[in-house]
Amino acid sequence: MLEFRKDIFADERDDNLKEIGQPTQRQDMLGHVTGTSPYYDDHRFANLLHLKILRSPHAHARIRSIDDAAAARAPGVKRIIRAADVPVNLNTLLSLIQFGKDDEPSLASDFVRYRGEPILGIVATSERAALEAMALVRVSYDQLPAVFDVEEALKPGAPSVNATYPKNTFEYYGKYDHQKLRFGDVEEAFKQADVVMEERYQMSPIEHAPTETNGSIAVPDTNGRFIVYTSTQALFFSLDTSAKINAVPSNQLHFIGGTVGGGFGGKVDTMTEPLSILAARLTGAPVRYRFSRHEEMQFGSPRGAERIYIKDGATKDGRIVARKVRAYFDSGAYTRLSSYAVVKCVAHVPGPYTIPNVCADVFCVFTNRTPATAMRGFGVTALDFAIECQMDKLAVAVGMDPLEFRLLNAYRDGDMKAHRREAKNCALIECAQVAAEKANWPLREEFRRMSSRAGGGPGRTGASADRARAPAPVAAPRVAAAAPQRVTYDRAPTAAPSPVASPPPPRSAPPPPAPTPAGSTHGAPRFSSVFGTRRR
Amino acid sequence: MAKYRGRGVATINYPIGMNLGGDPSQALVHSNPTGKFTVALSSIDLGQGMKSVTRQICAETLGVPVEDVYVDTADSDTGPHCMGSFASRGTHRVGNAVMAAAREARAVMMDAAAEELEVDPGDLETDGKGAIRVKGAPHRSISVRDVAIAAQFRQGKTISGRGIFLVPLSDVDPETGEMSPATCYAHACLIAEVEVDDETGDVAVLKMTSAYEIGRAINPKLVEQQLVGGSWMGMSHALYETPEPYYPNTREGAQDFNEYLMPGPGDICPHDILVLERPAPDGPFGAKGPGEMCANPVLPAVANAIFNAVGVRIDELPITPEKVLRALKARGGAAGHGRAR
Repeated sequence: MLEFRKDIFADERDDNLKEIGQPTQRQDMLGHVTGTSPYYDDHRFANLLHLKILRSPHAHARIRSIDDAAAARAPGVKRIIRAADVPVNLNTLLSLIQFGKDDEPSLASDFVRYRGEPILGIVATSERAALEAMALVRVSYDQLPAVFDVEEALKPGAPSVNATYPKNTFEYYGKYDHQKLRFGDVEEAFKQADVVMEERYQMSPIEHAPTETNGSIAVPDTNGRFIVYTSTQALFFSLDTSAKINAVPSNQLHFIGGTVGGGFGGKVDTMTEPLSILAARLTGAPVRYRFSRHEEMQFGSPRGAERIYIKDGATKDGRIVARKVRAYFDSGAYTRLSSYAVVKCVAHVPGPYTIPNVCADVFCVFTNRTPATAMRGFGVTALDFAIECQMDKLAVAVGMDPLEFRLLNAYRDGDMKAHRREAKNCALIECAQVAAEKANWPLREEFRRMSSRAGGGPGRTGASADRARAPAPVAAPRVAAAAPQRVTYDRAPTAAPSPVASPPPPRSAPPPPAPTPAGSTHGAPRFSSVFGTRRR
Repeated sequence: MAKYRGRGVATINYPIGMNLGGDPSQALVHSNPTGKFTVALSSIDLGQGMKSVTRQICAETLGVPVEDVYVDTADSDTGPHCMGSFASRGTHRVGNAVMAAAREARAVMMDAAAEELEVDPGDLETDGKGAIRVKGAPHRSISVRDVAIAAQFRQGKTISGRGIFLVPLSDVDPETGEMSPATCYAHACLIAEVEVDDETGDVAVLKMTSAYEIGRAINPKLVEQQLVGGSWMGMSHALYETPEPYYPNTREGAQDFNEYLMPGPGDICPHDILVLERPAPDGPFGAKGPGEMCANPVLPAVANAIFNAVGVRIDELPITPEKVLRALKARGGAAGHGRAR
């Protein structure tokens, strides 16, 4: 059930709009529900050829030899694509924005650095013919020691994974093996803290698991151009990457996308387009390169795992005085986008809280694992998990209600953030207040009266001797809407909210005052629009 | 052996757009000769509703009904550059580009209308229903259709506009990490209620209550779809998914959806969502973007709820029954913070 709280921040909005705020039906809805929206793989071509990729069975090995003679003579095979056929074999995705060095080959020639790394392409008249020919390829390997743990990879003597970054870390600013954040003096603050807590958090890799797997079809067009039908999330990103790898002018490529069966970050890497285009160029025929479900699950880049250590110092009255973060992003064998996520992660430290002393060191680490890539919340999801679990533990340690503890430390307009920019347009406090009210989570009066718009300022951090902060002694009166606003869009407002079965009070909550009567705090009546009843 | 209930909370914020900026998007808007508008983009609608959001922003800015705007996208020959659909940047970055393009097109449209009505363009307003009228004298009006015909065939004007939106790339201080990562942030608080079975280690999410502050909900249905879908994804991330259950030890991993565990329809819980709108100064009509952040608070809220229920902390994802049982065993049983059922 979705409900708007138009009464909050009403004075900052112009709500006299015609189209904005309307639940207008999607322009493409009819196509979606009638099955006529075209996905890349809905395009049909006579003489379509199929590209399949031979992949490494080893996590780390030297390739001694590749014998594809029998495969080349197999029925239906039109072309074998080797590393030497790729015009610009080495690339890194973010070279488009001048970030990082080329480190990943489209096809491996000398070493393989993860299980599933592409070695050879086989273009044939059917997927089956390509797979049968693949079984005839003989590759001999010298297996090498592999490393799979981010902290093991940083130890002296660990196997070197990535030839471009032999020390197993991405290089920042030509001199550091990690991204730093320094604000205040955490070590001094730990000495003054009543509670110091250090904890370790470990994320797991996960799959994007899109309904439609990654894929593309490259079709020779007139005048030397190629039309590329693709499932990409980023049309020009994929186009420019493909142009670079194929060493063709970008205007020879005409990319068409638009209906995507789930992305979530897993369709930014341009994993199929460069080779489907190369295959089409080498054969003069349309070529499809699509991941099987097995390939998508096993070799499509996953969300990488992060390991995060957080050390916090807090005072007995619930103020966090220092936060120190050390984190490792498991990039897998190549960079792709993990280097970027590390900087985003550092920018996110220490979370949406005002803390006067903050320190972070975050590493992008190479291991012999499938290269990781972007996924929903890239760089932030893991840190949020770690920080918010840590906040809960700290609240217990200082004997506060977990939500009041967050409110006490929440950032407000005017506060100085650890990356040295002023906080503006904050709304964490208000989100916590209305969610608590809705869920009947008891908050004491002073916490219900806090505001993101009052009580903040640079004095709450920085060199000020008084690092501790008063919990908004004078919370500004909540700005009331000029008139209660009725918010409905497509259906009648619902009746009274369903009664909430009283859940157990949070552990270590202070003696609960009378539970907040629903709807009492913010003045304006609320109306709901029910979009459907969820069932268990 | 019993089932214990508990509640956990998380509060988060999320930066809008690519970290550090430097991620432009462009848009072109033009009218056909009978007053119907096309927005040309190369941005990708992943299902999140990019086309709908930009269509509504364009219609609002032009002052025409949404039915008179069509968004054509994802063709590199016709759509101008867009960085891509990621980093919660679509509504904010592309929306702003479309707004700029629509403003430019609107200015030509109003000039053309003024010429037809023989008034000053500053005296005109759109009614949002397909007409342009003189302020204070609504009987003196002309349809957008007639304006477009006049502009094309009589006045020789192109009712069109170009837009780009770019947050300039920020430097990063290598020593201190000083930087401008984002121009605005969305916010959320989520409270999860779970039930933990101390015999099987199974965790069921019973209910979620959340509040999301997203600047401006351009389309509330699309906002709801994101927030509900995102909470499912967060729950799945917290309790179910992984291709490598014993990471960092490698395993063969899942081959397909039969082996890759995700919650099904029966595992979805009721979710009360509150939406707050504190407009971002640089957002299109204040909009930020709910796309990515909605999955994030679920993970820690569920973990914290498990602690509240049975007194164990699981700091490694996913929180499988095996991990819960091992933690309970190490602890000597459920701590009983939650009420046994």
